[in-house]
Amino acid sequence: MSAVALRVDAVSFAFRDHPVLDCVSLEVPEGAFVALAGANGSGKSTLIRIALGLLPAAQGQVELFGRGPRQLRERWRIGYVPQRPVASELLPATVRDVVAAGRLARRGWWRRPRSTDRVAVDRALDVVGLHDLAGRPLGELSGGQQQRTFIAKALATEPDLLVLDEPTTGVDAESQRRFRDALVEARDSGGAVVLVSHELGAVADDLDRVLVLRHGKIAFDGAPGDLAASGVSLGVHPTDLPVWLEGIG
Amino acid sequence: MLAVLPLPWPFEREYMQLALAAGLIVGICGPLIGTFLVQKRLSLLGDGIGHVAFAGVAAGLLLDVWPIWTALAAAVVGAVGIEWLRTRGRASGDLALALLFYSGIAGGVVLTGLAGSLNTSTLTYLFGSILTVGPSDAVTIAVLGVVIVLAVAVCWRALFSIVLDDEAARVSGLPVDGLNIGLAALTAVTVVAGMRIVGVLLVAALMVLPVGAAQRVARSFGATLLVASAIGATSAVVGLGTARQWALAPGGTIVLVAGAIFALSAVVGTRRRGAQVVVGSLDPQPEAIGPDAERLRQ
Repeated sequence: MSAVALRVDAVSFAFRDHPVLDCVSLEVPEGAFVALAGANGSGKSTLIRIALGLLPAAQGQVELFGRGPRQLRERWRIGYVPQRPVASELLPATVRDVVAAGRLARRGWWRRPRSTDRVAVDRALDVVGLHDLAGRPLGELSGGQQQRTFIAKALATEPDLLVLDEPTTGVDAESQRRFRDALVEARDSGGAVVLVSHELGAVADDLDRVLVLRHGKIAFDGAPGDLAASGVSLGVHPTDLPVWLEGIG
Repeated sequence: MLAVLPLPWPFEREYMQLALAAGLIVGICGPLIGTFLVQKRLSLLGDGIGHVAFAGVAAGLLLDVWPIWTALAAAVVGAVGIEWLRTRGRASGDLALALLFYSGIAGGVVLTGLAGSLNTSTLTYLFGSILTVGPSDAVTIAVLGVVIVLAVAVCWRALFSIVLDDEAARVSGLPVDGLNIGLAALTAVTVVAGMRIVGVLLVAALMVLPVGAAQRVARSFGATLLVASAIGATSAVVGLGTARQWALAPGGTIVLVAGAIFALSAVVGTRRRGAQVVVGSLDPQPEAIGPDAERLRQ
């Protein structure tokens, strides 16, 4: 039986008087590729922020590798790709600069890079197909290439749990394909992958489980095939998916 | 008394050599810290801390303590306070800065009034007086400069990671709050180091203008740190020489030189980026259309 990378147990959360999450529970074992779907405002990003210790839960508990988020010492075991706007054209950083920043927590932020760090950065760049652009300033890249850069940054950490929040919004087809390959590679190397997205078409065949969040509750938790059997296609246009999901639960 | 080095004009005299040493240190250190502030969109933080440092100077004059130390204490407390206000969500970034600006200058005015010392000594700190830097000032500035350079040498990669994405840095276990407070404290140290050079009202310019210029020409973050420091140092040298030649206010002249370099970099940087777009458009070959299309295809 696989160890549990992430456990969320009966978590509730509200912004002032507005309830966002209502007694949500889920488990993600190591080696699993799980998608978290749901319409805008369903509480996906809030759930992820609580799971990673960025927000405190009003009720319930969260465990990362068997420990509370604040008690986990080996934080580098988590790779996180948050939602983000496109980087400023004037950001003075190359693609390699950004990806190399992913190694800091693993080696100790005050230490200088070693050969193992350089190897991990090169490998992450290869996985997302950006090795040839490693010396280019980030601001000169397309939105999709920038997203791949930040995924490479998370991969460079060599995490045991990779969490991505809406990473493919507005991303071109080439980046979608590279993105899918990178996540499958992360899963196949033994890590758990949690993907929060409207756009699951690129990874629909690779997912082990899909969770659908609706009005702050888990409305569906099962295999992608079961979701398809209930009439929801993961390959539909991104703006259609939330509409389909309204019929779940 | 320090030995006078055999430097050419305009740095052949001892007071100019002390000014040069102090100017170089601040010219190098200001942009080192400013690079992170500019990327965090906190370009005016140094200015706000400068106003608080002025209150510290006034407190020193009132208490008859060397104003550098009281300015340092006030600046560090103000810098850490603004970081606390900003990160705890008690005030938005610009409101927290406004609080710092006006409280600092108001405190300075009140304390100066109490000390009865709104005179040349106060103006020295407001607008800088690099040509009156003495050996003890130069040593103090050098010590503060070493602290800044060492801290940046150890922390720059972690600070870059926070600039890039503070949430991801926090999730990965980096001490984001501690590093942010450390950066605020280093900003305060830089302001105090630069106080005698260009004054509390202009010191932030040396933390921002060289960075604005460097990020238009440098490609990597490490290169930006180095180029910005080189521009800061060049501004100090050229500004001092220009000020001596035409008997101008040295602090203001140094900042004007930094501003001129920024303007130049904006032109050069724009042309370079334009050239890259043209190169990029050649691959793949654009489809030629119109009456000359056939000739172009031959």
